[in-house]
Amino acid sequence: MTANQLTTYLDAELLPFPFCPGCGHSMILDKLNEALVQLQLEPKKVVMVTDIGCAGLSDKYFVTNTFHGLHGRSITYATGIKLANPELEVIVLMGDGACGIGGHHLINAARRNIGITVLVFNNLNYGMTGGEHSVTTPPGGRTSSTLLGNIEQPMDICGTAAINGATYVARSTAFDKHLTDLLVSAIFNDGFSLLDIWELCTAYYVPNNRFNKTLLDETMSSINFPAGILADKKRPELSRALRDQWQPGTDDQPLTSKSIDKKYDHQVAHTERIIIAGAAGAKTASAASALCRGAILSGLYATQRNDYMVTVKSGYSISEVILSTEPVNYTTIKDAHRLVIPFSEGITKMQPMLGRLDHSQALYINSALLPVQTAAKLYIMDLQKTGKKKEYWTIMALAEMLRQSKIYPLGAFIDALSYRKEYAIKNIEAVEKSVNLIEPG
Amino acid sequence: MREFVNGAELIARAAIHAECNFFAGYPITPATPILLHMLKELPKVNGIAIQAEDEIASIGFCIGAAMSGSRVMTATSGPGISLYSENIGLAIMGEVPVVIVNVQRMGPATGGATTVAQGDIQFMRWGTSGGYPVIVLAPATASDCYDLTLKAFDLAERFRSPVFLATDKEVVSTHTTIDVDRFQTQAVRPRITAPIDSTFVPYRIANLSDTPPISHFGGQHTVRFTTSSHDEYGYLSKDPKEVGRLNQHLSAKINNHLGEISLTELDHQDGAETLLISYGITSGSVREAVQYARNHGAKVSSLTVYSLWPVPESHVRNATKRVNRVVVAELNNRQYLHEIKRITKDVQEVIGVTRVDGELISPEQILSEGKIL
Repeated sequence: MTANQLTTYLDAELLPFPFCPGCGHSMILDKLNEALVQLQLEPKKVVMVTDIGCAGLSDKYFVTNTFHGLHGRSITYATGIKLANPELEVIVLMGDGACGIGGHHLINAARRNIGITVLVFNNLNYGMTGGEHSVTTPPGGRTSSTLLGNIEQPMDICGTAAINGATYVARSTAFDKHLTDLLVSAIFNDGFSLLDIWELCTAYYVPNNRFNKTLLDETMSSINFPAGILADKKRPELSRALRDQWQPGTDDQPLTSKSIDKKYDHQVAHTERIIIAGAAGAKTASAASALCRGAILSGLYATQRNDYMVTVKSGYSISEVILSTEPVNYTTIKDAHRLVIPFSEGITKMQPMLGRLDHSQALYINSALLPVQTAAKLYIMDLQKTGKKKEYWTIMALAEMLRQSKIYPLGAFIDALSYRKEYAIKNIEAVEKSVNLIEPG
Repeated sequence: MREFVNGAELIARAAIHAECNFFAGYPITPATPILLHMLKELPKVNGIAIQAEDEIASIGFCIGAAMSGSRVMTATSGPGISLYSENIGLAIMGEVPVVIVNVQRMGPATGGATTVAQGDIQFMRWGTSGGYPVIVLAPATASDCYDLTLKAFDLAERFRSPVFLATDKEVVSTHTTIDVDRFQTQAVRPRITAPIDSTFVPYRIANLSDTPPISHFGGQHTVRFTTSSHDEYGYLSKDPKEVGRLNQHLSAKINNHLGEISLTELDHQDGAETLLISYGITSGSVREAVQYARNHGAKVSSLTVYSLWPVPESHVRNATKRVNRVVVAELNNRQYLHEIKRITKDVQEVIGVTRVDGELISPEQILSEGKIL
């Protein structure tokens, strides 16, 4: 060893560890210290992450960075730390309790192969809260919450991590003479590492079960949970893989201002309230959006409020559009000046309003939906006969509404429909197909 | 210059402008568009955006990343805030700058996913154990989403605290025409970091109301972070003196700086005896109601509250000085009304105008229930 090598990662002033006599935690931490000394990691580049339980008291004794968080969530903090700074060596020290409350995070961290090392201090019960059973309590295990013996199947932590993609997985006991080597390999591994380290809880599990070192090994084999290295493979590590996907200098710039400059003149006196009552999946919202953009191109202010069921491809889809010469503060429409209904889903939803409309209000409706009970002025369109697919019907109905009402020039609507280039040609074709759709009379 | 945008896009744009470089979230209507924007945009500016396995992990990732030097944001809706709850407490205790966008939808529980509400106003303030303060900003319009997202990042840095952006389904997803020139482009102040060449004590402060400078994992100092009651070194403590000082500090660092946080807009009319108070989406209806009332000869003032928590008490007191009726309009079961009543005891009449059926409060409802016309 050279002079500037570290001989310990433990803080001598704070030792000894605070654990019960014979508790496995101290043994594991001593081995972890040995592993760190072997690896000679810069302490400022190491973060020990702990959560709740006796194992959660461990971080304090290390001269590295430490993060002490909520019960079962240490893997999430560790993931965030590693994602933000891949140069850091992030080591989670948690108990078997955390495998229960935070088991979901364990599976997902393994699946993602985030480059952290998780050490499970597995003493088969909750040592801090009074010896209750955990997800790893062996069959028959007596704890303060399994008074008649545990009847639940213990969780195979290693099997779970390995089958979900962890790149280094091993099981041992705190007494294992290879533990230091396993710790070195686990920390050295680029991706997600997990060590399931079985140990004795001398406060509870040992006295409650006449448990000992020999039984620790015997229990492991009796339930077919093998010891040793159970996974050791290579797979891209998440924090670096995400960075490989970075696209600096891409042509597609981050969200920037896309201004819509006035090009046309409108004929709106003050405000036009238009409801488009269509079917989900039939481009109601995007057609309404084009109607709004066309209005802005014509010097108006526009708002578009959408309403739909939770499903996006079935049921109604309503867009309330307000076009005004002034900014719009209240975006709900009680009674529309114009109601556009290309689909039956829309008419069902609009039934209450239809009854309220009078002759000063206009209803633009697909002829297939007639008859309809309303006093509104009717503009009837046979959308079916255009031969266009249903997804273009709303655009066609709006184009005819604009031709009829002259709210603003059709050219503005066509410009707006070209806003997304990939749809422009087909959208414009639909507008052309819609000429004279409104039936005379 | 005009644009046709919604709040979701403007929140994402402002976040990028604020140099947010870490986002984690979990899909939930109506907050998902923010997650999608961030997943699309952050890789272009060498930032990390990730969809987590659940909301607990979302905020956990953000907290870990923040302590490693990232500027972080997450977005969810009411049910997600429930799952954030414990970690919000952690962010308060450990003093983590994190911006949390809450796109409110109708509750309780899963409620109405695509339905507007303002039902989380007290929940955001009191939704974690201990009762220590957080900051809550409420944009009333899409443009406000831009300005207040910048402000949220700025305050998160200033106070090392979780800052909520309390939006709702309508503000975030309704498209509207905005005048781009009206955006504020105020820069977000840099994180206050500890000097590199000095001894670093993670939670050392001279005065209770100070915010301790931060040092990140991987930087020049050894950093201790903890969610448990701790001394200034970040070691677990049960010493009543230390614990008491810590907890008083967590309140004082926010509550003693109301002037830096309070943000309201008063539309005052001389001679008005009624003041309408609102926040978020409901302010649009109030604006409309005020215009209508004035056009019809009534005198009325209005106050839009942008900083809901801590309550901007002096602003409210000033605005209510010469009125004898206060009307508080909100889309919930009178949650902010209680705060207003608490600080307007001299006002003759304080009325709540509410709606909890998923529709917006209309200007007509405000005018009639507020006894204005």
